[in-house]
Amino acid sequence: MLDILNEQLVNDHIAHPVCFDNDCREGICGMCGLYINGRPHGNDDGITTCQLHMRKFHDGDDIWIEPWRAKPFPVIRDLVVDRSAFDKIIQAGGYISTTTGGVPDANTIPIPKHKADMAMDAASCIGCGACVAACKNASAMLFVGAKVSHLALLPQGQIEAADRVHKMVCKMDELGFGSCTNTYACEAECPKLIKRQNISRLNRQWIGALFGRDRK
Amino acid sequence: MKLDSKIPAGPLAEKWTNYKASQKLVNPANKRKLDIIVVGTGLAGASAAASLGAMGFNVDIFCIQDSPRRAHSIAAQGGINAAKNYQNDGDSVERLFRDTIKGGDYRAREANVYRLAEVSGAIIDQCVAQGVPFARDYGGLLDNRSFGGAQVSRTFYAKGQTGQQLLLGAYGVLSREIARGTVKLHTRCEMMDLVVVEGRARGIIVRNLVTGDLERYAAHAVVLATGGYGNLYYLSTNAMNSNGSAAWVCHRKGAAFANPCYVQIHPTCIPVHGDYQSKLTLMSESLRNDGRIWVPKKKEDAEAIRAGKLKPTEIPEENRDYYLERRYPAFGNLVPRDVASRAAKERCDAGYGVGTGYAVYLDFADAIQRLGKDVVEQKYGNLFQMYQKITDENPYETPMMIYPAIHYTMGGLWVDYELQTTIPGLFAAGEANFSDHGANRLGASALMQGLADGYFVLPYTMQNYLADQIYVGKISSTTPEFDKAEVAVRERLNKLTTIGGDKTVDHFHKALGKIMWEYCGMARNTESLNKAKKLVSQLEDEFWKSVFIPGNANEMNPELEKAYRLEDYFELAQLVIDDAMHREESCGGHFRTEHQTEDGETLRDDEHFMYVAAWEYQGHGQPETMEKEPLVYEHIQVSHEVHITYLASGERPSQGPFRDLSFGRHLARLFFP
Repeated sequence: MLDILNEQLVNDHIAHPVCFDNDCREGICGMCGLYINGRPHGNDDGITTCQLHMRKFHDGDDIWIEPWRAKPFPVIRDLVVDRSAFDKIIQAGGYISTTTGGVPDANTIPIPKHKADMAMDAASCIGCGACVAACKNASAMLFVGAKVSHLALLPQGQIEAADRVHKMVCKMDELGFGSCTNTYACEAECPKLIKRQNISRLNRQWIGALFGRDRK
Repeated sequence: MKLDSKIPAGPLAEKWTNYKASQKLVNPANKRKLDIIVVGTGLAGASAAASLGAMGFNVDIFCIQDSPRRAHSIAAQGGINAAKNYQNDGDSVERLFRDTIKGGDYRAREANVYRLAEVSGAIIDQCVAQGVPFARDYGGLLDNRSFGGAQVSRTFYAKGQTGQQLLLGAYGVLSREIARGTVKLHTRCEMMDLVVVEGRARGIIVRNLVTGDLERYAAHAVVLATGGYGNLYYLSTNAMNSNGSAAWVCHRKGAAFANPCYVQIHPTCIPVHGDYQSKLTLMSESLRNDGRIWVPKKKEDAEAIRAGKLKPTEIPEENRDYYLERRYPAFGNLVPRDVASRAAKERCDAGYGVGTGYAVYLDFADAIQRLGKDVVEQKYGNLFQMYQKITDENPYETPMMIYPAIHYTMGGLWVDYELQTTIPGLFAAGEANFSDHGANRLGASALMQGLADGYFVLPYTMQNYLADQIYVGKISSTTPEFDKAEVAVRERLNKLTTIGGDKTVDHFHKALGKIMWEYCGMARNTESLNKAKKLVSQLEDEFWKSVFIPGNANEMNPELEKAYRLEDYFELAQLVIDDAMHREESCGGHFRTEHQTEDGETLRDDEHFMYVAAWEYQGHGQPETMEKEPLVYEHIQVSHEVHITYLASGERPSQGPFRDLSFGRHLARLFFP
């Protein structure tokens, strides 16, 4: 729809086309993210903006489109916001420290299927920022919880788990994301249907890290 | 231009070991003094940058998106191959090597492919250590599935989001290196030119996509990992911003471009449905494992379906034509991609298509009955959800519709065994190079190649190049070569913004895509290629007269970005056409209607065309010159039979699918009325 709008704007020399982020157009890259009629990614569940079809609207409807509204996501231009804060949270510890080579055979450590599946569900986060945009506090707890859960559920991620959760939460606070007040708007708007249980797991990991001895 | 593939001596299985044993290395204290630029943050770029950074080099990495995690590798669904033989079903390095060479229709370099198969297992180890949540069986061990064209189960997968999980793994280790300070990340930056100093790649000019500023970066070596050029066709499964420009500017600066005509068409995409469509969505080919492909046996049924009078579920079993199972009983629905694509086209061409007439059914009713809905949901749940979101149809109840679309480009920058292009110091990895897939790529091999290049090949071979570079000191970005390159980029941008016509960039891109799909797509012949050449030239002339780009070059300007990418596509299109024209044979993804078997399958000409065509740029509008790199098969015996053999029971099609190109025209009209 925005393509068509922009094509018209250019064709008719009316105005500069509206800048908006988009890339894969199949709901996986996490680039697109618009507030449409008051909901992140529009009025449908489990989809990104690019997957919202015009058939979800009626002829003659007014459509309100806004960028993500959150302090840690400053607007760059029009509907484009800067989400590099998410990258910074990941850089704070959202990974397992490995260097290339020198790792054991992939089947050395068996992982219970249900654990691997839970990790996979948490790992399907696309980093679009809808959870932050939906939250009245602009909290990134679902994003951080998904990454912490994904890694904490796997034996490979256990080694750094305590340190990881501590660093990621501190970074999240430092970047200006708000606190979680358990409204779960994030879960309702997540295009990948990531569950709020990941926030609980994050909290458990956080408490464990506070009192545990594993942390540096 | 002289092509030296630098294939190490010795028996095939020992080449890589020998290479590693005798190559030059850089000692840890010197690594700190060497700068490397990596362009692109997909699987190849991210894994290369992370590995090189961890080794101690200074790495600068660039991407056009707002985060390295957005690269289009993320959209790969099906899986990644590795010769682990965890299933004990007869897989081995040798077999993966043979399958890849054969799948590429004997147009890939033996030594490269063998190395790819050799390091494939280590990729899985690496990814598991990074926390990639691959699918597992109930005993907790890794699960595998068989994938388009393979007779063994060697594909590792993470639901239908394997590319995403592998990329997030690489993004994780990359993030770690960024935090450690060994890698510097530059987002929303597009490479505009390569700077060559005294014959070596020494830096790049990038455009900051937020401010429009041009910036210079200098380094001892440059790695290009910018993916393929499938968007040349406008409608493809590539992301909107995927483009071939970074590779193309390197080509302009002297890097040879190999086999551009090898373009892969993916058989399982969601069919085109309307005029405003901006891209095509791929459905993982893994669906072919359990889904059965069919069209109605009777033409009147197909017509009734197209008219909306009949539902597919109302057609009784005996009136369905499971044409792949019929024609290729040994492989059934798992035939290689090009065969599946052409067979779908053949059926639709003959009037049996469903939906808009350009679609076939992919039916899961049998699988649901056999395995239960839960198992099917577990395996393909997210793909089914995606399909339903796009088409508003429930694939658990009614068969899916699929159709082929442009998906992957086997051609790319020519590289030697070290993945170095013909410009010393410029390396190309992943889809951006041409090296491992020959004329056609097997399913689940793109992820394998991207990560093999980045984790296990470049970290070795680049050292061999960089070992001498410790003597040259820091590279300066204030030399005349940088000045000249930056001025040229500025002039190019100004020229585009001052045309002042009245048509949008997309208008021309759609038209270019239409020409290429129609005359240089799934099937080509001399006549169609001549026509394409003429039409592309005309279109380019019109572009320079009447394109309108609002705004200027010193601001965020997506229209301008599209324009300079399209400008490069015009030249690239000419090269694809020239390459397709010169290759008077059919092989893999390149199908010349003049060269087909009686059954309408590809007909190779090994005597005359068993070589890599490497093209050298001669200036705008000038025909490029071609250099041949002969392909020598010492290890594998080249099979001269068509790579799919019919079994006696299979009914053969009465006519080859590509007697004429009228179907392409019909389809193009559907895309671009």
